[in-house]
Amino acid sequence: MSVLIDKKTKIIVQGFTGKMGSFHAEEMIKYGTNVVGGVTPGKGGMKHLNLPVFNTVKEAVKNTGASASILFVPPAFAADSAMEAADAGIKTCVAIVDGIPSHDMIKIKRYMRRYSRTEKMTLVGPNCAGVISPGKAMLGIMPGHIYKEGKIGIIGRSGTLGYEAAQQLKNLNIGVSTSVGIGGDPINGSSFKDILEKFEEDDETEAVLMIGEIGGPQEVAAGKFAKENMKKPVIAYIAGLTAPKGRVMGHAGAIVSAYGESAVEKVELLKECGVIISKNPSVMGETVKSALNSKI
Amino acid sequence: MDIHEYQAKKILSGFGVTIPRGGIAYSPENAENKARELGGSKWVVKAQVHSGARGKAGGIIICNSSLEVAQAADKLLGKKLITNQTGPEGKITNRVYIEEATDIKKELYLGLVFDRSSESIMVVASTEGGMSVEEISKKKPETIIRSKIEVAVGMQKFQAREIAFGLKIEPNLIARAADTIIGCYRAFSELDATMVEVNPLVISNQDQILALDCKMSFDNNALFRRNQVSELRDKTQENPNEVYASDRGLNYVSLDGNIGNIINGAGLAMASMDMIKLAGGEPANFLDVGGGATPEKIVKAFKLISMDEKVKVILVNIFAGINRCDWVAEGIVQALEKIEIKVPIVIRLAGTNVEKGNKILKESKIKYIEANTLEDAANKAVKALGN
Repeated sequence: MSVLIDKKTKIIVQGFTGKMGSFHAEEMIKYGTNVVGGVTPGKGGMKHLNLPVFNTVKEAVKNTGASASILFVPPAFAADSAMEAADAGIKTCVAIVDGIPSHDMIKIKRYMRRYSRTEKMTLVGPNCAGVISPGKAMLGIMPGHIYKEGKIGIIGRSGTLGYEAAQQLKNLNIGVSTSVGIGGDPINGSSFKDILEKFEEDDETEAVLMIGEIGGPQEVAAGKFAKENMKKPVIAYIAGLTAPKGRVMGHAGAIVSAYGESAVEKVELLKECGVIISKNPSVMGETVKSALNSKI
Repeated sequence: MDIHEYQAKKILSGFGVTIPRGGIAYSPENAENKARELGGSKWVVKAQVHSGARGKAGGIIICNSSLEVAQAADKLLGKKLITNQTGPEGKITNRVYIEEATDIKKELYLGLVFDRSSESIMVVASTEGGMSVEEISKKKPETIIRSKIEVAVGMQKFQAREIAFGLKIEPNLIARAADTIIGCYRAFSELDATMVEVNPLVISNQDQILALDCKMSFDNNALFRRNQVSELRDKTQENPNEVYASDRGLNYVSLDGNIGNIINGAGLAMASMDMIKLAGGEPANFLDVGGGATPEKIVKAFKLISMDEKVKVILVNIFAGINRCDWVAEGIVQALEKIEIKVPIVIRLAGTNVEKGNKILKESKIKYIEANTLEDAANKAVKALGN
């Protein structure tokens, strides 16, 4: 098992015929992902990468049975595309794009409130590397080969720091069930807690590595969730010990503006929740390994 | 993006918020004329810098004659104002705002921010205006009123009234206070702001409700659709290296240490800085060249770091994904052929084609120290400081 996507998941690419969309669609197909087509308004009826192009997400879903999508559309149009996916019945949508206004993100989330819990789309991102279930499917822009198939769930804000973790795990011969990049924006589609919930329910995930950073309440909220609802161990690293208060550190959401948002405070609050802390970013893999050993 | 007080006031007045009469001046003569135009017998001259706490730093001067206005402007213009928010380097005052003085009966606090927990807009208000919100929450937390606004329908009148009553505003002024609060909310929501702070919001002896001081920040991601906001950017208020970086698509924050960083990805950049600190060093900057780490970005990054005199060692840490290490290595070699770097450089490559990447670096003419892991890179960078 895995969360969000597996070998069978039918995937469409929104913004399919653009440069980014084409390049990453090819990479995903090479990885073995079941890409069944794409959407570019106005280019419906064409073939691209030997796959059908549709004008709307609804048509694409109707004709292909797709249940997941990935967005490669410019930030100004991303909110519109995400809502279109939600309305067409897509279950998992990954937004890679960096630069969506916060007001637009709020709008998407309010729009999705019209769907019941079972019908609601899971939006992952924006400003993220996407989702990969190693050996099964890749709905993102990561280098697939650094992920070994296995039983650790990864949730992280940063792309490259997530790669770093996957590689440390691989070097220790530890594999990953699914890695989910939730992105670096202040308002995002899925929080750490949303994904933790999915990993707790997933039979083949044994432990979860959470890679957080300064800013916002999500890491601590996830810690509280883990304490109250989870049996699986949660390991966390929080980046940004040296980040000054009140400055945005690259990710729009990486800014300390209240108590509990600095790296030191988050680590303390997570420890109180029983989360195992990786004391620095070079021992994320080893910390997971020792958590697995002590579990047995 | 931040803007000046006078710009924020002008925006708010467009949304029905009353502001004291005032005008901007670039020279003492200019300031004196403005005071005469405004009339009256008492004025306030306010340094326009992107910082709060200007009063305590001497950036706000009360004047009783137009001559004093000219003198105050002369004292402020062209000088650096150092507040407890600017850091020791301060910020340059290139313009002053001349305002008619207000007879204050009551000072209130009104702020609007994004609340990341509820993903809505939060109004924070208090009867204790004039203090910073941090100070209020320490000294008078019981006076703080919070109100979450549902963005899909916007702020309702009753919510604004509740806040106004909570601020103990007299009944005959409630309607006007509610309009003021709604005006601030509309400015926030319609212009893609991330923060609106009116501190103090005052009630004058003449029973006017006035925004006496005001700060606004905006979502950089939304500037593409807010031309009237983006043209208010004042680069003289930003760190010059940070302006250089943002104009070239680099994410850069200047810090106090002496180990310069060039890293791809914001999270990895923060993590590498953490490792430097744990190894006993201090980072000179945060610099994210973007996940892709293209050769063009790497050249720009080396140029930027070489402009920083504090830097005694440079640490390059690139985790290559789709962009392979061999391609990144070629970018580094090209950059170092163009730009002369006099300090030691530690390079750590990881990810796709790492062996090929390291081979390209080794066979090139560039002088550098090779590192394999995050920890190794940080230790070698700190060690290189001593050499």
